[in-house]
Amino acid sequence: MTRKIVVIRNYSFTYEGSRKPAIRDVNLEIEEGEIVVIAGASGSGKSTLLRSLNGLIPHVYKGKYRGEVWVDGMLVKETPTYILATKVGFVFQNPENQIFMFTVERDVAFGLENLGFPRDEMIKRVEWALDLLGLKKLRKRAPHELSDGQKQRVAIAGAIVLKPKLLVLDEPTSLLDPETAYDVVGLVKELNESLGLTVILVEHRLELVSSIATRLIVINEGRIVGNDKPERVLSDVNLRKVGLSPPPIVDLQVELRKRGITIDPIALDIDEFLRELDKVGK
Amino acid sequence: MIKFESVTFIRPNGVVALRDINLEIEKNELVTIVGANGAGKTTLLKHMNGLLKPTKGRVLIDGVDTRKTSVASLSKKIGLVFQNPDHQLFSESVETEIVFGLKNFGFDEREIKRRTEEMLEFFGLKELRDRAPLTLSGGEKKRLCIAAVLAWDPDVLVLDEPTVGQDLQNRLKLYEVINELRERGKGVIIVSHDIEFLWPLQARTIVMADGRILKDGPAYEVFMDKGLLKAARIRQPQLAELSTKLSLNFPFKGVGDAVERLLGDG
Repeated sequence: MTRKIVVIRNYSFTYEGSRKPAIRDVNLEIEEGEIVVIAGASGSGKSTLLRSLNGLIPHVYKGKYRGEVWVDGMLVKETPTYILATKVGFVFQNPENQIFMFTVERDVAFGLENLGFPRDEMIKRVEWALDLLGLKKLRKRAPHELSDGQKQRVAIAGAIVLKPKLLVLDEPTSLLDPETAYDVVGLVKELNESLGLTVILVEHRLELVSSIATRLIVINEGRIVGNDKPERVLSDVNLRKVGLSPPPIVDLQVELRKRGITIDPIALDIDEFLRELDKVGK
Repeated sequence: MIKFESVTFIRPNGVVALRDINLEIEKNELVTIVGANGAGKTTLLKHMNGLLKPTKGRVLIDGVDTRKTSVASLSKKIGLVFQNPDHQLFSESVETEIVFGLKNFGFDEREIKRRTEEMLEFFGLKELRDRAPLTLSGGEKKRLCIAAVLAWDPDVLVLDEPTVGQDLQNRLKLYEVINELRERGKGVIIVSHDIEFLWPLQARTIVMADGRILKDGPAYEVFMDKGLLKAARIRQPQLAELSTKLSLNFPFKGVGDAVERLLGDG
């Protein structure tokens, strides 16, 4: 039986000093093991939603908080951030904002040290995380000397080491070259499969992630305006109006539909598209 | 306009970041630069306004050696927008961030006001004019950086990863900026990993790897050459990949083009 790892009920949040709510009346449930991609225009509330999961909101960012956000059975606003930190791993867009120790292994260990884990357990877990992310050979290197893709691996290792149930990534690939970006996305998928980790990912480049997502959520002006399988959400032309930039292959199928060639559901990669195109006799 | 003559750049730590670069870019050209992280793209850009000076060889801007002039006077001509907005933004408000450059370049009060309003309006920053730049979202910061440079109307706008954090509307706005500058005879140079953004531009494309220029040619040549792309760790844009898989001699340059030709064939 699948468990719900995130439950959000009638949730609204307005930052202190702001009049407009950043999140309005959000209701959302995410099941364990899902890979959920969140997309939306710049300033739509994506980051606010992510910050609401690990307790940065309301514990660090203050404001008017209404409704309930539950993560792994805990009410976020009543749970201290040090406990949430063990449930929700967070990876930012720019790994340089996240990694700062002298060596890779110290960096990966930082979260554990901070939470006062016993030494034996700490060593065990750091080994495990370094191994899982292929960082063993780089353990003594200084993080700032690493390539951007390696830095992002270190940031992910630092999040995974706390053995969270939920991994939240805020545009983790936007500074990476296309090959490295695909590597990181592939890695996230692997972690999802091997650890049963639930993943919530904010990403603009939908061509990168739509094929691994179990669900695509679209946010506009703080509200959820799309929430379904990616192929379903991406076929909805109205979502373009809210700033979603669909992959060209999806755009193409939307245009073909207008001319009487319907591929349903929409194919998310080129090979699938070509197979479907064959079937409809083109 | 921009000329690299056998430029090699060695970092203080001994790493060779550019190797014997020869390159000419005309004043009104649109040029895109692609390559893996660490290929030397940003280093190349920083040579264009004198932020970095070649170890060997020389860089000429309008015939002037970048070693023999100031970054400020080069920046007036070559407006560089950095990849990371946090490295560029420092003013106390969005508005003063735009005003700062204009003041520095000696525009008069009325012109400063006019240009600032124009930029705030165009980039959708009007409501944010009093906000501290560092409190903006990533996408908003990026727009502010472009606005602040565009305000002083450089001859060439150089954009390092302009689409990071930008939604559809802002991507379309970027296309608009590029087209408008081109119509006014200005040059645009874009470094980007966002191959799907670059493909419809069908621009002159420079591929870099390991400090070298691997290829300098039109987008349809570069992105259809799988061997080259592999060597440079770049992927094919989706429409190029589709064109390859359909063995097309002339790739689909846009969605509209693809629709017409797919329907036309059958």
